[in-house]
Amino acid sequence: MASPVISFKDYSFQYNAQAEPTLRHINLDIYPGEKVLIAGTSGSGKSTIGNCINGLIPFAYPGKSTGSLLVDGAPADKSSIFELSHTVGTVLQDTDGQFIGLTVGEDIAFAPENDCVPQDEMKEMVNRVAELVDIDHHLEYAPQELSGGQKQRVSLAGVMVEAVKVLLFDEPLANLDPAAGRSAIELIDMVHERTGAAVLIIEHRLEDVLWRNMDRIILMNEGEIVADMSVTELLAGNLLLQHGIREPLYLTALRYAGVEISEALHPEHVDSLVLGTEDKEKVRNWYQVQKAGIHAKQHGEELLRVDNLKFGYTPDKYNLQDVNFTIHKGEMVSIVGRNGAGKSTLAKLICGFEKPVSGAIYMDGRDIENDTIKERAERIGYVMQNPNQMISKPMIWDEVEMALVQSGMPKEERTKRVEETLKVCGLYSFRNWPVSALSFGQKKRVTIASILVQRPQVIILDEPTAGQDYHHYTEIMEFLKELNEKGYTILMITHDMHLMLEYTERAIVFSEGRMLADTTAAHVLNDPELVQAANLKETSLYTLSLACGIEDPQVFTECFIGYEKKEVR
Amino acid sequence: MARIAILSYIKRKSLVHELTGTTKLIFFIAWSVASMVTYDTRVLICMLLISVVVFKVSKIKIRDISIVLGLAAVFLLMNNLFVYLFSPEYGVGLYESRTVLFTIAGPYTVTLQQLFYHLNMTMKVICVVPVALLFIACTDPSEFAASLASIGVSYRVGYSVSLALRYIPDVQREYHNISQAQQARGIDLSGKDKLLTRMKNSVAILLPLILSSLNRIETVSNAMELRGFGKKKKRTWYAKRPMKRNDWLTIGFVLLILAVDLVVTFWDGSRYYNPFL
Repeated sequence: MASPVISFKDYSFQYNAQAEPTLRHINLDIYPGEKVLIAGTSGSGKSTIGNCINGLIPFAYPGKSTGSLLVDGAPADKSSIFELSHTVGTVLQDTDGQFIGLTVGEDIAFAPENDCVPQDEMKEMVNRVAELVDIDHHLEYAPQELSGGQKQRVSLAGVMVEAVKVLLFDEPLANLDPAAGRSAIELIDMVHERTGAAVLIIEHRLEDVLWRNMDRIILMNEGEIVADMSVTELLAGNLLLQHGIREPLYLTALRYAGVEISEALHPEHVDSLVLGTEDKEKVRNWYQVQKAGIHAKQHGEELLRVDNLKFGYTPDKYNLQDVNFTIHKGEMVSIVGRNGAGKSTLAKLICGFEKPVSGAIYMDGRDIENDTIKERAERIGYVMQNPNQMISKPMIWDEVEMALVQSGMPKEERTKRVEETLKVCGLYSFRNWPVSALSFGQKKRVTIASILVQRPQVIILDEPTAGQDYHHYTEIMEFLKELNEKGYTILMITHDMHLMLEYTERAIVFSEGRMLADTTAAHVLNDPELVQAANLKETSLYTLSLACGIEDPQVFTECFIGYEKKEVR
Repeated sequence: MARIAILSYIKRKSLVHELTGTTKLIFFIAWSVASMVTYDTRVLICMLLISVVVFKVSKIKIRDISIVLGLAAVFLLMNNLFVYLFSPEYGVGLYESRTVLFTIAGPYTVTLQQLFYHLNMTMKVICVVPVALLFIACTDPSEFAASLASIGVSYRVGYSVSLALRYIPDVQREYHNISQAQQARGIDLSGKDKLLTRMKNSVAILLPLILSSLNRIETVSNAMELRGFGKKKKRTWYAKRPMKRNDWLTIGFVLLILAVDLVVTFWDGSRYYNPFL
C-alpha cells in the first residue's frame, strides 16, 4: 500500500487560549485518493483536525502540540502554511467570506497570482478548472450575483487550481439549501473521481454527506477518535447516537419498527438497503399500529393574515407576489424554500422593515399598514439568524432589558418583566453574566429573550438552527417547542427539512418569489413535484416507505414524527 | 436591498474606460500635482477645458455622480468662506495692489484681488474633482490593486484597497439588516431623539456590526493565507490589461501638460499670474 499522505501519530494539541487539550492522542492515516468523513459534535475537535492539516494551526491559531503530524511525508510543524497549501486545498465553511476576488475569474486565479504565474498561463488554468466545476459561464460575475451553490463551486475551483493531493472541506453543507447540498456532494464526488485527490469532509450532517459513497468515517468525541471504520460498520452500531450525531432517518425508522440494523442490510444508503420480507413486514406492521394514533390538531383563532402581498425592491421586478395565508393562534409554522426564494423578504414585510407594493397584512383582523416598526414589534418579534448580529450590550440583563428601556417603561415593571422572561428562557441563573461567557445556543436564547420581553404574540425566527450540530439543534428547538406550548405563535424560516418535519405541522413553501404551497410538512416532502420546484429534497423516509410497499408515504412520515414525539422525547 | 451606489465603478464603453488602470492612476496623480502647483489663471483655464472634454469622452453623466459633486461643492464653499473670514486681505498681499469694491463690516472689505484669488483657488479644485471622480467611476475595481502595484505600491497595500471594495456591499447589507432588527427593539435613528440618545443608539447597531466584521476579517485572512497570499515579494494579476497605444499617448500627454504647467508657472519666478501690475 502507498504511504499515507497525512499521518497523525500520537498527536495532541492545545490552543494557547484553552486550559485543556482540544486533540488527544490522535492516530490517523489518510491514504492518497481516499474519501474520508470526519464527524463529531461541535467542540469534538473535528475542525481542529482540519486546521492542523492545512496549517492554520499553528500559523494562525498558535498552540502546543506533541506527537507527530506528517503531511505528504514532511513534518507539518517544520513546513509553512504556504508549502502546505500546495498539498492541501481547503474549502472553508463560509463561502461568502472566502470569496476574495471581485469576480469569479479573479477569485479562482488568486492562488496562481500569489505564485507569480504568468497571466496567459493563469487564464488557461482558470478556464480549465472553471469548466471542471461547471462555473465557466460565470467568470465575470461578482459574488453577490451567485447562489450559495455557485459560490461553493468557485471556492472549490479556487483550491483545485493548484494540483493538490488533499481536498479538505470544512462543513460544506452548512449554508446550502437541501437540493444545493445534494449537488455539492455530487460535485465533490465528481472532482474526487477526476482528480484522484484524497477528499476529507468535516461535517455533522451525516445523511446528506452519505448521499455519495465514503470510504471511511472518523468519529470524534471530546478530542479523541472514537471510531475509525467503514460507513457500513459504523451505521450498524450504536456509536453515532452515543456521541450526539444523528443517524440517517431511514435507519431510525427501521429501529423504531424493530428491525435490527446489521452490516448485511447495507445501511450506508437508503437505495442500497437490502430488506428481507420479514423486515418489510415489521415496518408495515409498525405503520399500521402508528397510523391509528394520528389525529389532526384543532386550529385556534386567526392571528395573522397576509392578503395578496406583492413587493419589489425595484418597480420592474417583483421579489414577492401572490402571497396569501393565515396563521392561527398557537401554531408553529415553517416557511421553506431555496435561498433567495423570498422567505426573508416576507419576514421583513411582516415586521414593517419594507413596505409592500400592494396587498395587506392583518393582525387580529386589523390592517397594520400604518403601524410603525416599533408598534409592530410589540406584537411581532423578529429574531435574526446569527445572535452576534443582534447582541449589542455586554451584559445579559441589559441586553434583554434594552427594548423596555427604549419604550420608557418604569424600572420596577421592567425588572419584573425581565426576570419573568429570563425564567421562561432558562437564563435566570445567568442574569448577571456577561454575554461573552455564553455558548452559541445560549446566545440564541438571549436574543430570543430580548424579543420575548416585549411580549409579542408572534415570533419570527430566521434559520434558528443554522450551523448547529444535533445536540444544539435539539436544545434550541425543544426550547422553541416549549414556548409554543406556552402559547406563543412561532414562524420559522428554514431550509432544514428535518426541522420542518419534526417540529412544525404546517409549512408554507416559496419559490422564486411566489408561494407554491401551504400544506402539512409531511406532504411537502412527499410530493415530488413540490420538492423539485422548491429546490428541496425528499426525505429517505419517502424512499423507505416505497421500498416496504407502503401505499401512502406521507402518512408513513407522519407516523414517524408522531412516534418520535410520543416515545422518544 | 436597495442599492446605495454613491461612488463606485460605472460600467460603460468609452475611450476612458478602455485605458488601463495604471494609465488612469498616473494621469490622476500627474494632473493633481499640476493643478496643486499652479495658481496661474491661464494654465488653470486650459486645464479646466481639458477636464471638461475628458469628462465628455468618458460618457459618465453628471447625474451618475451628482451626490458626490454636491458634497464637493459644499466643501468648496466652506473652504472659500473660511479663507475669507480668516484673511480677507490675503489677495491684496499676494497681488501687491488693492482695488476696493465695497465694504461689508469692520475689516471685511471686498477687494478685486481677493476675489481673483478665490477664483483661482476654486478653479484648482474644479480641475481636480472631475478627474478624480472619473478615475474612480471608470476604473474597474479589479484593476485597482494591479495598477497600484504597477507604480510601485506594495501589493499588500493594493490588495487591502481592493478587498475593501469587495466587502463594501456585504457590510452595507449587514448594516441594513442589523439596523432593521434593532429598530424593532425600539432603537430609533430617525432623528426624533436628542443627539446624545441617538449616539447611544447607534452603538447598538455598530457594536454587532463591528463584531461581525471582525469575524469576517478572520475568515478572509485565513482564506487568503491558505491560498498563499504573501508568500512571495511579487505577484501577478489576473485582471491586469496590457498597455496599448492610447495608454502611452495619454501618459505622454499628461506629462507634457505637467511640464508646460511647471514651465509657465515658474518662468517668472512666481506661482501666481498677476494681471494687476
